[in-house]
Amino acid sequence: MATVQVSEAEKVYILHGIRDDLRVDGRGCEDYRHMEIETDVVSNTDGSAKVTLGHTAVLVGIKADIGKPRPLVPNEGYLEFFVDCSANATPEFEGRGGEELGTELSNTLYKVFNNKHSVDLKSLCICPGEHCWVLYVDVLLLQCDGNLYDAISIAIKAALFNTKIPRVRISTDEEGGKEIELSDDPYDCMRLNVENVPCIVTLCKVGHRHVVDATLQEKACSVASLIISVTHKGTVTCTRKVGGGSLDSESIFEMTEAGKRVGKALHAPLMNVLQQEEHLGKKKQKVGFLG
Amino acid sequence: MAVDMRLPTIRKTVSLSVAAFDRKDLVVPGDVITSDTGFMRGHGTYVDEDKLTASVAGEVQRVDKLICVRPLKTRFNGEVGDVVVGRITEVQQKRWKVETNSRLDSVLLLSSVNLPGGELRRRSAEDELTMREYLQEGDLISAEVQSVFSDGALSLHTRSLKYGKLGQGVLVQLSPSLIKRQKTHFHNLPCGASIILGNNGFVWLYPTPGQQEEEAGGFYTSLEPVSLSDREVISRLRNCLLALSAHKVLLYDTSVLYCYESSLQHQVKDILKPEVMEEIVLLTQQKLLEQEG
Repeated sequence: MATVQVSEAEKVYILHGIRDDLRVDGRGCEDYRHMEIETDVVSNTDGSAKVTLGHTAVLVGIKADIGKPRPLVPNEGYLEFFVDCSANATPEFEGRGGEELGTELSNTLYKVFNNKHSVDLKSLCICPGEHCWVLYVDVLLLQCDGNLYDAISIAIKAALFNTKIPRVRISTDEEGGKEIELSDDPYDCMRLNVENVPCIVTLCKVGHRHVVDATLQEKACSVASLIISVTHKGTVTCTRKVGGGSLDSESIFEMTEAGKRVGKALHAPLMNVLQQEEHLGKKKQKVGFLG
Repeated sequence: MAVDMRLPTIRKTVSLSVAAFDRKDLVVPGDVITSDTGFMRGHGTYVDEDKLTASVAGEVQRVDKLICVRPLKTRFNGEVGDVVVGRITEVQQKRWKVETNSRLDSVLLLSSVNLPGGELRRRSAEDELTMREYLQEGDLISAEVQSVFSDGALSLHTRSLKYGKLGQGVLVQLSPSLIKRQKTHFHNLPCGASIILGNNGFVWLYPTPGQQEEEAGGFYTSLEPVSLSDREVISRLRNCLLALSAHKVLLYDTSVLYCYESSLQHQVKDILKPEVMEEIVLLTQQKLLEQEG
């Protein structure tokens, strides 16, 4: 992740502020920064979303392709993730510098999203054992200002909501082989049910308290963080600890409870914004990248 | 606990003064400045088929026969006497390298700092070895530009009690073009905090020091917790600075103070919302115009 240098006195200031629940930008310990979400920004994908969280900007594009299902689960489709840390975000990502962070992010995303409890994988099946939809999810980091996991998970949920998978018909041809026909109507498509898709909440331990949506300066003062993915019902689907420091079991419990609370409250506003954008339809003001 | 999610809208900068396209001397890269070949070309220009063309976006300045373009958004180009706030990036033999948002790291020589105790003596080998005890990598300092090397790097000095290592506070990084040149860059704002407006765009906000600590000249950094009321003032000032810089308002003590006063009706964390930012900056610009006119 992009790092900033912080002096000792600045660290002490930040620590004391978090202890008193007043962070440097005036937020409380569980407040998010201003977030802007826009879907359908990339025209040649089946679904896309761009999320700006403070100065962090993330772009997600989803393309649906027909592939062979996995041998153990013949009647389910699957998702493939790829995270590209572009050098736009910070010079540290130039060349192969962003690969390590990219692989770490993709592996976490696999754990969180690629299971039947989060996404309805059965709806991605076309012909059990032979054909299924594979959703290739590409994440592009445009700007890095802390809290990548949260922004990426919100962007993925928004992009999955926006994804339009064309309807297919299976027909048997003369030799007995199966033929797949895509419907001619470009608007005849299937939407995914994103109700159970979780959102990731990152909690950074700073001093004795934890903060949600840490900036790069606050990250520099923390030694360990907990990444929790929470569904809209408040169920925790995946937890991971990152960072070199240690967390004792009481703080992990506290942070998990706080993460559940915060994560549960993320889903309702997100679905509201997405529904609002959907209703605007053609009247929506397209902002894109030059806003 | 609040989450503010919304659809994006096209941002527009709030401006009460004359619109940009009315000014004749603003150019963008590729604009032809003049076709007259009698002029000498300065910084920011190049000759393209006998026509003098701008290579940066900014305003055209003409001094007799020399034409140059001063860019609006640029790295800090220091001049002698500028006050800067910088961060130590390296500790080298007999000098520190300081990051000041310029093209090259600035240099702070060991002979240009005040030794603890205020003695005036020749720097010995022991002083060289204990440099890190005074300034480490990551520390923030306020300093003045003493001279400019031939390659453009700045040489800083902290040979005054008002400069030195900075203690607890908040650093805000903005564009150097937004900082107005004034007589003094150190202000004790009446709202309860102090501010250093570095010419290089780094602005340092810190709680106003009490009466008793002023002799040290920045050696002793107090790590006592800052009170909650001071913290609120500093956070509010930080958000106001970000709001002003997002709308390209010139920063000096009066503009920052007016912005602070206009923002008092909102909560600190709401100031960074786009519509609140616009409102506050509009009020500030109105107050500034009233004060001038």
